[in-house]
Amino acid sequence: MRNRNRATALAGGDRLVVALMLGIPTLLHVALVWLPALASVGLSFTEWDGIGGLADIHWVGVQNYVDIFTHYPRFWPALQHNLVWLLFLIVLPTGFGLLLAVLLDRRLRFGALYQSVLYLPMVLSLALVGFIWQLVYQPDQGLLNNLAGLHVNWLGDPDINLYAVLVAAGWRHAGYVMLLFLAGLKAMDPALKEAAALDGANSWQTFWRVTLPVLRPITIIVLVVTVIEALRAYDIVYILNKGRNGLELLSILITDNIIGEASRIGWGSALAVVLLAISLGFIITYLVQVFRREERS
Amino acid sequence: MSTLRPNAGRVALHTFLVLTCLVWLAPLLWAVFASLRGYADTATHGYFSWPSTLTLDNFANAWTQADLPHYYLNTLFVAVPAVLVTLLFSSLVAFVLSRFSFRFNLLLLMLFTAGNLLPQQVIVVPLYRLYLLTPLPGWLSDSGYLLDSQFGLVLIHVAFQSGFCTFVLSNYMRTIPHELTEAARVDGAGVFRQYWQVVLPLCRPALAALATLEFTWVYNDFLWAIVLIQTGDRMPITSALNNLGGQFFTDNNLVAAGSLLAALPTLVVFFALQRQFVGGLTLGSTKG
Repeated sequence: MRNRNRATALAGGDRLVVALMLGIPTLLHVALVWLPALASVGLSFTEWDGIGGLADIHWVGVQNYVDIFTHYPRFWPALQHNLVWLLFLIVLPTGFGLLLAVLLDRRLRFGALYQSVLYLPMVLSLALVGFIWQLVYQPDQGLLNNLAGLHVNWLGDPDINLYAVLVAAGWRHAGYVMLLFLAGLKAMDPALKEAAALDGANSWQTFWRVTLPVLRPITIIVLVVTVIEALRAYDIVYILNKGRNGLELLSILITDNIIGEASRIGWGSALAVVLLAISLGFIITYLVQVFRREERS
Repeated sequence: MSTLRPNAGRVALHTFLVLTCLVWLAPLLWAVFASLRGYADTATHGYFSWPSTLTLDNFANAWTQADLPHYYLNTLFVAVPAVLVTLLFSSLVAFVLSRFSFRFNLLLLMLFTAGNLLPQQVIVVPLYRLYLLTPLPGWLSDSGYLLDSQFGLVLIHVAFQSGFCTFVLSNYMRTIPHELTEAARVDGAGVFRQYWQVVLPLCRPALAALATLEFTWVYNDFLWAIVLIQTGDRMPITSALNNLGGQFFTDNNLVAAGSLLAALPTLVVFFALQRQFVGGLTLGSTKG
């Protein structure tokens, strides 16, 4: 911490004001975000149907986890779909977004227009993206089959519908990635590239040896944002078929326990903890990346 | 030096970008096309046909049949307070964290940042129970509980979104020289006046960017409302779309028109406040 950043002695009244300024928002955030997160962990070791009040909670140890892992037919497909979602988003839209950012990071006629078109899908909700792509994917009346002369049931066939949905999700995600990388490229010192050019590097070498290493911090942020986005995926699947028939996701299995057929709170919480465990590693990576940068600056 | 090669490169670049943009716009243009065609027209000729006439009837029908004005208002009642309170709360926290150095500063900032990154589904089950068990006075909630109340929806948006905004604003406020608040303090201004009259006005660009971004996010929220609002009538528009899909199931033209109408406010934001929107997104990833 810099010297002038040191705390100034606070008068009594000011101390109360500071406590309130900090306390009320923190209390709300902790009460509605972190307490439920901890409660998920606690409840995951119990059985509770929610009807008989808090007194009806039974401690069952790791039974929920054992049951989920061994004989819950929807769990492994859902986990697998989440991982496919994650890998797909990391490889295709992220790579394509980086390519677009590199192409657009120069003085280019219509450059701003291209950018706007490419990130336009960003402002749409994933639920709306679902509706819009439904029109594209319809077997008889859809744009895709008519253009390509195919008769594929893109959203109804459980072998391919996940990928069809991922194309729609990627359509929305690539523009976001492009924006983040563009911001990173703009912040880059142009002298670096000039120096590489003077040393006789071609643009390919410059990209791999100079640009990409400089973009490393932002790449990590993009990757984490992408992973979180993949783990949160919900709306588009829910809109299309409520997350069934090849589109099962962990998020869907969790909410099925509150808005779906069964109200098994311990069970839903155990599923939530699995999701939490997967995301925690990435969240920590993000924090380390971001706050290490803060320390340095 | 040949001037031909760079030009050939430019042409290839523009060709690639134009094609990509066309592919990118295709789903939206297809929806616009479908929404402009009459039901009878597409029923006889199919969607992939040259239109005999174009009409705005679908928009009018979606507007009245799905009662869209009602759902726009629902969203407005949630989004406006949610965005304002989120910005207020997170700017308060960011101010304290960037002006004073307590031992727990970094920890608190991490708590907010990490909270915003949690997948919502991790907290949704206990949150639902908490909302179900928390009574509210009748003037705040028709249901008598946090569950199924727009007040409850505002609360979770504020709690969740303040994570991101606190992070962005505290980065931004750190760039404001301490001498300014120091001078105000010497002149006798209390902490709150230093915040309200000195620091906050300087944060206007960041606040505008965040307001734009947060409005879009709250507007686009689907999960919180689907889970925490149970009466269809109280749903904000994005979640109400779910019912709209069932209602119009047989009529793609109406679904297309309804979807475009629902997208309209965010599209307006996109066209009118593009700079703020982009600024908000990238503020979070690079140093403001």
